[in-house]
Amino acid sequence: MKTLLIAEYRDGKLLGTSSELINFSAQLGAGSAMFLVGSENALPGYSGKLYLAEATPATEFNPGLHKQLILEVIAKEQPQMVVLPHSSYGWDLAPRLALALNAAQISEVVEIKDGTLVVPSCNAKLRRQVKATTDISVVTLQGGAFTPADDPTGAPEVIKLEATSGGDIQFKGYEAAAATAVDLSKAEIIVSAGRGIGKPENLQMIENLAKALKGEYGASRPVVDAEWAEQSRQVGTTGQTVTPKLYVACGISGAIQHLAGMKKSEFVLAINTDKDAPIGEIADVLAVADLKQLVPILTEKLNAL
Amino acid sequence: MKILVCIKQVPDMESKFKVNAAGNWYEETDLAWRMNEYDEYAVEQAVQLKTQVGDADLCVLCIGSDRVKETMKKALAMGCDRGFHIADDESHLKDPFAIASLIAGYAKEQSFDLIFTGMQSQDRGSAQVGVLVAEMLGIPSLTTLVEFSYADGEINAKRELEGGIKAKVSCKTPALVTCQLGLNTPRYPTLPNIMKAKKKELLSTPVAEFNPVAAILETLQVAPPEKKGGGLILEGDPAELADQLIKILKEKTTALA
Repeated sequence: MKTLLIAEYRDGKLLGTSSELINFSAQLGAGSAMFLVGSENALPGYSGKLYLAEATPATEFNPGLHKQLILEVIAKEQPQMVVLPHSSYGWDLAPRLALALNAAQISEVVEIKDGTLVVPSCNAKLRRQVKATTDISVVTLQGGAFTPADDPTGAPEVIKLEATSGGDIQFKGYEAAAATAVDLSKAEIIVSAGRGIGKPENLQMIENLAKALKGEYGASRPVVDAEWAEQSRQVGTTGQTVTPKLYVACGISGAIQHLAGMKKSEFVLAINTDKDAPIGEIADVLAVADLKQLVPILTEKLNAL
Repeated sequence: MKILVCIKQVPDMESKFKVNAAGNWYEETDLAWRMNEYDEYAVEQAVQLKTQVGDADLCVLCIGSDRVKETMKKALAMGCDRGFHIADDESHLKDPFAIASLIAGYAKEQSFDLIFTGMQSQDRGSAQVGVLVAEMLGIPSLTTLVEFSYADGEINAKRELEGGIKAKVSCKTPALVTCQLGLNTPRYPTLPNIMKAKKKELLSTPVAEFNPVAAILETLQVAPPEKKGGGLILEGDPAELADQLIKILKEKTTALA
């Protein structure tokens, strides 16, 4: 078995996902080669062949070009599996490769089980064990599912690829994240509101509980998308990553994108009406209750201490 | 201008899911069904585009059993002009490749200028179908959009990346775009529009007429995730729960120190 690992680079930096790709491939017991549109100045720790094309404004985000370059590498290396991160880069590029290769794609792999791959369904409430029936498959990995204990080391053997520009999509640069008014990454106590708060007025009770605990309040993506809370309060993949001593998740079901942003909290208390909500998987305590009843009582009792 | 928006009907994600008898998907009975959340943003953007350009025909496509027509009616009430239903009781057994092949087969004949899809479905979550359709049609696709604008045959958009960063991208039509949550504010259909939607065209065609291709991804097993244990589950009266929680916070954390 041989894999081709597609590493990820953005705005002058190699992204950390390459170590997860390497670890996944090692867990499969496969040999590997790597592909990167990036820079010689930001190489991954990896002992193997690295096919490298130089990132320029015309080549950095250019899925048609990346596809062509990867197909050339595949013709040379003959891998049975192409592995990408399940990220905005990976899920955009993977289907393009899959169709060109007549390959089945397996999205967001979380586990290797008996030599086959497991993916989540229905907001992580179910897991599917799947198998590609094609000779070659394209796989994307859920962020964090294959993080190695130690970062891989070694210096890759670099093989340079010529990247021409062109293609039917124009990349016009990045827009920085909105300045964060609140730095939740330094907060020791965070109380976060999820969709379960039901209506914008109920955000106040979350703020009150945060105050009673002398912490900050945060929010999950649906609450921010509904404009009930500011984007600077968002915890998760597209918001802030937090590591407080106490994280109180109120009415948050626990989508993977949210968990990725808070699972390193020291202690997690979840308040949710659904006993089976995925947040229960990482919570130290899950209080099965309607937050609209429990949160005000809890706040009152804390204030009376 | 010809616009297509592809939608999927999915269960409410707050539902309790049971594995079906065949062990290859969830049991479809006793579930509340709704439009895939990402597709609501796709429909809204398509309706806004139609309003902007004026002279446009907006078709909504959905694959599934007759049950999905309810969700299609919502899209019609939001402002789509007509519905194209590919009737398939076994659509849950098709993989993204097979689903995309059906959509591309239909879209090829129709020559749409712009196709909207959600960036993924909430139940299967593969994030493949939109891009596969575009690749099958040989047109550019922009994915994970949180901003969209169109003028004179050109799309200017922003893709959402990790960490709140966005990438500014553009391409010419014909093209396909996949919509991320937060792209816009999907409208609620008004009662008059719900009534009007009942008179709109909603054509059903059996899937067999599209020569469906075989799936290339096989599902071996479906199961709930193994409980990792660990967490303490508390239930009961809110006041008693609050006392229990305060006790735990005092013992296990420094939050109340």
